[in-house]
Amino acid sequence: MTDNVWILGIHMTKFGKHKTLDTLDLGAQAARGALRDAGLTMRDVGVLGAGNLIGNAAGFGQELQKQIGQTGIPVFNVANACATGATALRVAIMAIKAGETDVGMAVGVEKLSGAGLLGGNTRAADADTWTPEGRQGAVAPLDGRIGTETMPGVFAQVGMEYGHRYGGTSFELFARISEKNHAHSTLNPLASYQKRFTLDQIMNDVMVSYPNTRAMCSANCDGGAAAVVVSERYLRTLSPEQQRRAVKISASVLTSDPWQEACQVLPDVNTLTRRAAEQAYEAAGVGPEDLDLVELHDCFATAELVHYDNLKLCEPGNAVDFFNSGATWRDGSTPVNVSGGLESKGHPVSATGIANIWEVATHLRGEAGDRQIEGARVGLAHVIGIGSACGVHILEKAAA
Amino acid sequence: MSKQVPLVDYLVLDGPDGSAHLAAQECVSCQAHFFDHRIACASCEGEEFRTVDVPTEGELRTFTIVSFAAPGIAVPFVAAVVDCGGTSVRANIVNTPPDPEHVRLGMKVRLALTTVGTDAAGVEAVGFGFEPVA
Repeated sequence: MTDNVWILGIHMTKFGKHKTLDTLDLGAQAARGALRDAGLTMRDVGVLGAGNLIGNAAGFGQELQKQIGQTGIPVFNVANACATGATALRVAIMAIKAGETDVGMAVGVEKLSGAGLLGGNTRAADADTWTPEGRQGAVAPLDGRIGTETMPGVFAQVGMEYGHRYGGTSFELFARISEKNHAHSTLNPLASYQKRFTLDQIMNDVMVSYPNTRAMCSANCDGGAAAVVVSERYLRTLSPEQQRRAVKISASVLTSDPWQEACQVLPDVNTLTRRAAEQAYEAAGVGPEDLDLVELHDCFATAELVHYDNLKLCEPGNAVDFFNSGATWRDGSTPVNVSGGLESKGHPVSATGIANIWEVATHLRGEAGDRQIEGARVGLAHVIGIGSACGVHILEKAAA
Repeated sequence: MSKQVPLVDYLVLDGPDGSAHLAAQECVSCQAHFFDHRIACASCEGEEFRTVDVPTEGELRTFTIVSFAAPGIAVPFVAAVVDCGGTSVRANIVNTPPDPEHVRLGMKVRLALTTVGTDAAGVEAVGFGFEPVA
């Protein structure tokens, strides 16, 4: 296949608190790191996909270019909630597939340290007299009066709904998923937190939205990630070493949520993920059983469970047994979130959809150090942006 | 009796039989339900809608107990999705302690009115939740 697109360079900054670095600094570090890794410069790049949700009203991509090189190339500033990074990458890939350029770059960055609770109370306080507002004629804020708008609450319901449908879930089960990801993170020097927690510590941490305690929620942090992608034709003109380290993008899929009963009452993060997974497996010609590792969107412990099923890592309805079998621990049959996941590595929103691809690519290159999944050849990266958008990428190691 | 207004326009306080219920906008061609007005149906693109009553009893399909919320929101409370005869409704579970012993997946619940508050003109805003069916 000559129309394959390859990752030539990719970089992720340390995730955590970066007091002295702002959004542009982190973006520039990520972008420079990816270019260095690729062995290219901005003068080689033909298109830029850029994502940043918080803190940049003006064009983030253009501001970033002013830090790393203004070459006059087209910039696509994208926003797709937590799938923003994957969307930026998708734009670069599409431009290459469309034949507009042979080299594209995607950058995603967020400064989220100390951001606290995301979502909730989107409307100002009660007025002196009841005045209907908005599409539902609400006379007062609805968050807390008609359900919850908070992300921990929304995703708690996503996991509980799975439990209602198939049984077998419990507070402890969800906490055990978090226990796994925190344990994995101890091997990841770029993770926000690298601390192992006992099950008791997780279950007795501050309750945020039952059954999600604080340790079971994604960690708000600062971070950036960037990727340089190239056409196969271009890759073949490069050095043997560049070709050896290049990672094949066997599938790049982005979906939005198709209409389902209830999808406007509680976001349906399942259907669009299932569709994205099906399309990705079809495009890549691989199946879930071929995956050596998976980075999936564990924005909350309750979310990880449902995505085992949505990504078809297990039989439909069998996610609880699948997890209980130990399959998703790093020594299991399908290691999931060996980076520590969003719960421990952290979740700088716009960076996440590229950072998870960096994690998979780093294992495929055999460069993951202490946490290397030995012999990894195929991996999958998944993100969900609520609203919703789902990105699924399947990556494969270059043929020797 | 003081004047009342519903918290949202899809809460009908005085139905034909005098009882409160929720009202959905139903797509005439595919029967999809929405809780606000639509130009076209998200499911089938139909452009014709009618108002239909939503059953006041249902089953608890999922919930969370919110302990941490935006400033000004009283916690803990139970946020949930209730399946009312095939129409999913977002609501709080009320009139029962907010803990996993009293709130259980699959339990039967029914519509209950709640008081949101009274404004400067003496008008009471009335909200809704669902309470366990004893």
